[in-house]
Amino acid sequence: MHSALAEALGMPFVQRALCAGLCIGAATSYYGVFVVQRGLAFLGDGLAHSALGGVALALLLGQQPLWIAVPFTVLVALGITWVTERTRLGADTTIGVFFALSMALGIVFLSLKQGYAADAIAYLFGSILAVSRADLWAAGAVALITAAATPRWGAWAYASFDRESALADGLAVRRDDYLLSALIAVAVVVAAKVVGIVLLSSFLVIPAAAARLLARRFSTMTILSVSIGVLSVLAGLAASYMLNLPSGATIILTQTVLFALAWAMSAWRRA
Amino acid sequence: MGTAIETAGLTVRLGGFAALDDVSLTLADGAFVAVLGPNGAGKSTLLQVLLGLIKPSAGNVTVLGRAPGRTSGIGYVPQLKTLDRSFPAESCEVVLCGLKRRWPWRLSAAQHAIAVDALSKVGAAQLAHRAFSVLSGGELQRVYLARALARRPRLLLLDEPAAGIDVAGEADMYDVLEAYRRESGATVLMVTHDWGAAFHHATCALLLNRRLIAQGPPATALSDANLSETFGHTGHAHAMGRYGEDDSHA
Repeated sequence: MHSALAEALGMPFVQRALCAGLCIGAATSYYGVFVVQRGLAFLGDGLAHSALGGVALALLLGQQPLWIAVPFTVLVALGITWVTERTRLGADTTIGVFFALSMALGIVFLSLKQGYAADAIAYLFGSILAVSRADLWAAGAVALITAAATPRWGAWAYASFDRESALADGLAVRRDDYLLSALIAVAVVVAAKVVGIVLLSSFLVIPAAAARLLARRFSTMTILSVSIGVLSVLAGLAASYMLNLPSGATIILTQTVLFALAWAMSAWRRA
Repeated sequence: MGTAIETAGLTVRLGGFAALDDVSLTLADGAFVAVLGPNGAGKSTLLQVLLGLIKPSAGNVTVLGRAPGRTSGIGYVPQLKTLDRSFPAESCEVVLCGLKRRWPWRLSAAQHAIAVDALSKVGAAQLAHRAFSVLSGGELQRVYLARALARRPRLLLLDEPAAGIDVAGEADMYDVLEAYRRESGATVLMVTHDWGAAFHHATCALLLNRRLIAQGPPATALSDANLSETFGHTGHAHAMGRYGEDDSHA
């Protein structure tokens, strides 16, 4: 088994899958702690499906999908934040509106450009073992941007804990809302190519939810979430290779197993 | 004595509805102010204006000599029922967040000592490492009070701080507030539904029902006529012990 894994690690496509998966796993599970604590679990799903609209537009215009899908999804994320802030609608309702709009646009764009549906469908289910060099650069860029944003952790955490007090203390809470949603959108689009739109929201939700079950402090929750995100990519990819199963789905099943373990541990501690 | 809070013609319209209508008041430094009024009277809106969270539709507001939101000398205890209790935090982190104005990644030994000291001043040092999610209403209120007082505010704003806590906890809270006010000379402004507490602890009562009905020492401001104008009636008979003739019920 060890020699088989070692052999796999020598293959460039496995190396690219591993590096891209680790970058995406770390970044999405970092943002996940804010998504979970702010009750925005639906945001990941909504943005991932919005990415399909951007991909379809890129295919219609004959452009590289990421060049169009990233700004398209960032605009959708900013639109969700803007409408939520200016109306009495809950974030889940606003996300539902933009989700449907983007999907509808995506279907219209695809219908205008017959014959390219297969490319868009690749985004629906992802292909971690077909990560191109460009995808790897994009995943690396997401990890770097996320690392560059870590100085905002304290402000984002404060606003997640008690938004009103953070506003009263003069923190730029509204600007940070836009920044956080835009960064999540960028991570989601890049992750969509690798993990697939259908499964993507789990990357934003499951590691953070498992971490929440175990952590007493938000800093510990953040460390645990990123650790679970990274570990599930490593273990999921290995299991996928050994058992010949779809890689994205196997990573998410690994996340779910870790979530169940976290749940069992927290129940055992409470007992 | 200076002025802590001054409003002139303060009007706030929310969705076409006047939550505050032409409110003009002056509150002196060092006062203990109780803001009373029925539900929907604009009490919390007034606090949010003072904190700079809501911009007035008309009128002027000055807080500690500056525009709202421009001063750092405010401590704030929000309505405790609105807080997200699922957030993974220990009480000492909640207190230190009030000082740092951002969530602490980790607490140094010095920061931990500061947080424990602030908690001990409200009789809650034993809660330093208690998970925020398991605090009782009274414990939560003490932690938030410690958080607000740790920054040594010149103005302390409290939104229904006694809601949901027992009589002993409420008495302890007023002791802490009065002690801090005497020692620091700070101004305390508290939104409350408790007429008795306003009568016994405040130096100034504000009766608000979207417009200012009365302002002054509780003995005069809380007259039957003013209470009737503010609330529509003066409550049931058992509430009338607020004037001191029946303190056992107050």
